[in-house]
Amino acid sequence: MIQELPKISTSLFPKSDFPNLLTEVNGQALAYLDSAASAQKPHAATEATTAFVEHQYANVHRGVHTLSQLATDAYELVRDQVKVILNAADRNEIIFTKGCTESINLVAQSFARPLLQPGDEILLTELEHHSNIVPWQLAAQASGAKVTAARIHDNGELDIDDFKAKLSSRTKIVAFTHISNALGTILPAKELTQMAHAVGATVLIDGAQSGPHAAIDVQEIGADFYVLSIHKMYGPTGVGVLYGKLNLLEAMPPYQGGGSMIRSVSFEETTFAELPAKFEAGTPNIAGVVGLGATLDYIAGPNWNRDSWVRRVTEIGNYESVVREYGVSQLAEIEGLSVYGDAEEMAGIISFTLKNVHPHDLGTILDQHGVAVRAGHHCCQPLMKRLGVPATARASIAAYNDLEDMDRLSSAVIAAKEIFA
Amino acid sequence: MSWDLRDLYQETILDHQKHPRGKGALENATHTATGYNPLCGDKVTIQLAVNDGKINEIRFDGEGCAICMSSASMMTVSLQGQPVSDAEELFQRIQKFLTANDESAAMEDIDTLGDLAALGGVRRLPVRIKCANLPWHTFKSAIQGEQSAKTE
Repeated sequence: MIQELPKISTSLFPKSDFPNLLTEVNGQALAYLDSAASAQKPHAATEATTAFVEHQYANVHRGVHTLSQLATDAYELVRDQVKVILNAADRNEIIFTKGCTESINLVAQSFARPLLQPGDEILLTELEHHSNIVPWQLAAQASGAKVTAARIHDNGELDIDDFKAKLSSRTKIVAFTHISNALGTILPAKELTQMAHAVGATVLIDGAQSGPHAAIDVQEIGADFYVLSIHKMYGPTGVGVLYGKLNLLEAMPPYQGGGSMIRSVSFEETTFAELPAKFEAGTPNIAGVVGLGATLDYIAGPNWNRDSWVRRVTEIGNYESVVREYGVSQLAEIEGLSVYGDAEEMAGIISFTLKNVHPHDLGTILDQHGVAVRAGHHCCQPLMKRLGVPATARASIAAYNDLEDMDRLSSAVIAAKEIFA
Repeated sequence: MSWDLRDLYQETILDHQKHPRGKGALENATHTATGYNPLCGDKVTIQLAVNDGKINEIRFDGEGCAICMSSASMMTVSLQGQPVSDAEELFQRIQKFLTANDESAAMEDIDTLGDLAALGGVRRLPVRIKCANLPWHTFKSAIQGEQSAKTE
């Protein structure tokens, strides 16, 4: 891979497309390496969102008036776009939520909780983010079921044998991350899903980190549920996606009650709307969803389709891998630096520690050099415990990062090392 | 950089981080509390042996960043052998020093703080104030007979 590096002279997404990347931080040009927490937004998408709010905005699915129809059309168009990026079979399998966390809670409460019996099990992995642990614990506590977690190897790869050993006829739900937010490990989603299905379990895949970095095909994987975090995909905050197989979503009770999700209401009885409205109670994040559509247009270019989307995100994933590989090679030269996560398949995340320097101190020193990284437990306390560290520093790479950002990272780490020498 | 990182990571801080004073467990503790910073996972346990209104022994243990660990280390030096009333008064001075919005008010007592004055670098970095303050809040909880503390 290293010999390919000279081909990268500029980032895949021009930094100038993202106004916030041009911000000076502590008197330094910004090297933003925290996109796994939240990605920066392309100007083209925020501009398109503003134009929608200023010229087409009204509530959706309600009025007979013209603006309401325009807004509804814009909102529903994005559902079709998300169907395409996930390769869902039906547009009604796409539910808009307020985030990945809400998507998982929806499934935990509306699908898992009524299903689970005492003695049943929910199988997770040691890589999971708290948002793919706690909702299942809540469902388990309410039903007498048990949460278990498949182990990982020291290199951050999932221990498939342990995963398999922990699957049984008691396993009703299997939930795992597609890409680890803390380490960058890419999990074999299709293989794991097939193994879970073989024991009759239902599978939810946390796609918070995969959305903007990998081609996703929910039908190919066989996922029962797949969730996305839009603000990590260069889109607005406050928008998430839940994909669910049609038959599962149809059989599930509503998660929240309110407007939009009903067919008829009386004080004696309410009948619920069809999908997807059944799971979108209340006025949704209309501008956010429209902003998501504009963001997808930015990523894939005008008139994109499934093929061109897959090509583009594959290109993004490959590009980020090359930048990561370069960054890791630079950091590896620093004595006392350890990188966590060395699986066969890695996304653009570098999780590391520096001997004798706590990650928070590292984070502060890097920040003073204009390098923004996450320092902490990454909402993965069980994983940190498994790795035997209280925290790590994490540099996450997006399509707007370049090799210079990696150089800035390694020289700032060297500066931190000198302070603590 | 207009502001030097050496203002934060002063020699005193680094020295206490590398050679912590008062670290370890106290067998005859009368007061124990553990403080957490849930945001970053820092954890500090403070143990005190108090007799007749005096802190005869003080120890800390835990894991955290250089600011947190050196703050705890310096605190044990400052409070060892002190009357509880003086320790509580120092706690108040530290609060003012670390958190007062008004810079001149914050700096009023700086000459009385000794090594602890080195913690002042965090005033520029709001998220790191909690790191410096965690051992102090944990001490406060311990002396008040509470078992846990947190800074958020």
